[in-house]
Amino acid sequence: MKITFVAADGTRTQVQAREGDSVMHTAVQNDVDGIIGECGGSMMCATCHCYVDDGWTEAVGGQEEGESDLLDCAASEVRPTSRLSCQIRMRAELDGIVIHLPESQL
Amino acid sequence: MSLDTPALPRSGLDPFSTDFFDDPYPEHEKLREAGPVVWLERYGVHAVARHAEVHRVLNDWATFCSSRGVGLQDFSRETPWRQPSLVLETDPPEHDRARKVLARVLSPLTMRELRDGFAAAAEALVAGLVGREIDGIADLAQAFPLSVFPDRIGLARQGREHLLPYAGLAFNAFGPDNALRREAMARAAPHVAWVTEQCRRGNLSPDGLGARIHAAADAGEVTPEEAVLLVRSLLTAGIDTTVNGIGAALYCLARFPNQFQALRADPKQARNAFEEAVRLESPVQTFFRTTTRAVELGGAILPEGAKVLMFLASANRDPRRWDRPDEYDIARRTSGHVGFGSGIHMCVGQLIARLEGEVVLEALARHAAAIEIAGPPVRSYNNTLRGLARLPLRIR
Ligand code: HEM
Ligand code: FES
Repeated sequence: MKITFVAADGTRTQVQAREGDSVMHTAVQNDVDGIIGECGGSMMCATCHCYVDDGWTEAVGGQEEGESDLLDCAASEVRPTSRLSCQIRMRAELDGIVIHLPESQL
Repeated sequence: MSLDTPALPRSGLDPFSTDFFDDPYPEHEKLREAGPVVWLERYGVHAVARHAEVHRVLNDWATFCSSRGVGLQDFSRETPWRQPSLVLETDPPEHDRARKVLARVLSPLTMRELRDGFAAAAEALVAGLVGREIDGIADLAQAFPLSVFPDRIGLARQGREHLLPYAGLAFNAFGPDNALRREAMARAAPHVAWVTEQCRRGNLSPDGLGARIHAAADAGEVTPEEAVLLVRSLLTAGIDTTVNGIGAALYCLARFPNQFQALRADPKQARNAFEEAVRLESPVQTFFRTTTRAVELGGAILPEGAKVLMFLASANRDPRRWDRPDEYDIARRTSGHVGFGSGIHMCVGQLIARLEGEVVLEALARHAAAIEIAGPPVRSYNNTLRGLARLPLRIR
């Protein structure tokens, strides 16, 4: 399955993802700039902040418990489509998902 | 426990001996090359030293549990030396309830509160060291955490000299019943008594982080007795670890002068420079898990109740995972290193550790022109922690 990352400047990068891996993990494995994932997905850092493309928000679903508290600490603006990418796990329905990256993570 | 595991590669290594501590890297490599899982004859335990297996064990708490102890002792057979930790030595759901409290107290929001004060303290300390020959451990790696952490927790001033020996004891206790552990236990009583006393609500300043843990008991999230144990977790895991983390970073920057120059050119790299030192030196070298069922791991079948020793330090230098694994590179993408663990037990103090490391390295980058080794470093021995006892440095 595939994920397309759209950087803040509009650059698009498509990468291969494995079912069950998080979007954060996939980005880091593929050297996608714009996702840091400092805490390795243990929900402590908010450096994996992303915006889910409008066309995909329904398939992705809402925030996990505790996510919005952490998003309050994110470096870039928080929008209704904001998620922690470490909390989005890849599954068949998300194949082809488009993820927008914030200006900065720190 | 005697096991018939003929298919496994075996090793006679004692990973808790001072010979090993003097130079663990060739032994790590032998373990990694021997196979994904190796039987350690000396202690009758399974060991994993490659990144893939260490990561897998860390991320499957249901199979590789922590509630039977994260040291060599199996709590289901032996009595622990102290009441087990409510976070480190538990499994979900108990773990998650207690962890939630600590995670909130040590959250990014708290770091915002702490940052300016920590940065100012680091600036002042480092500015006073420039142009001198110092002991990087006593004068900086210990001096900095001791100058900020106990105050923020809200500890009494009297008796803080017990903190480092208490942590040394707790981290030695994860190892086997060797001389290091026995000597630490023999001297334990006064340190244990002091720490136990300081964790009580009345002994903590009302505006510190310790008091916030007790406030969680008022809200019914944990019991008052549990709050005491959670404060103890911060005192056990919060100081000696960062001392060794900062010590590791100083040792790296002194041995890789071009990396210190790269940091001077861009002090904003300080946070990653610290992270990379945690990867390369792995202040916390090892932890154990215990299997809750028979399980296949790296082609081997482990029985229920098997202790598995994870070599975090070896995973952090596994060439299967890292390019130029033995090089210190402050621009490296460090995500995925297991120096802070991984999965549900991943260090809950990681943000405060990084904050401390970052502000110290940033201050050095701004004030010092060079860091040079000025004499032979002396290693400090501990069954779990890796670090130096002395690091003579010249700060220019
Ligand atoms: C460079 C410094 C540090 C390093 C290398 C480090 C390393 C680790 C590691 C490897 C673990 C995982 C244990 C496991 O999987 O069984 C851990 C857990 C933990 N650390 Fe740290 N640590 C550091 C600093 C701190 C600080 C500053 C604190 C407290 C303020 C802290 C508190 C804890 C606690 C309470 C746990 C248990 C978390 C849980 O089980 O959910 N650590 N640490
Ligand atoms: S990686 Fe840290 S919160 Fe997602």
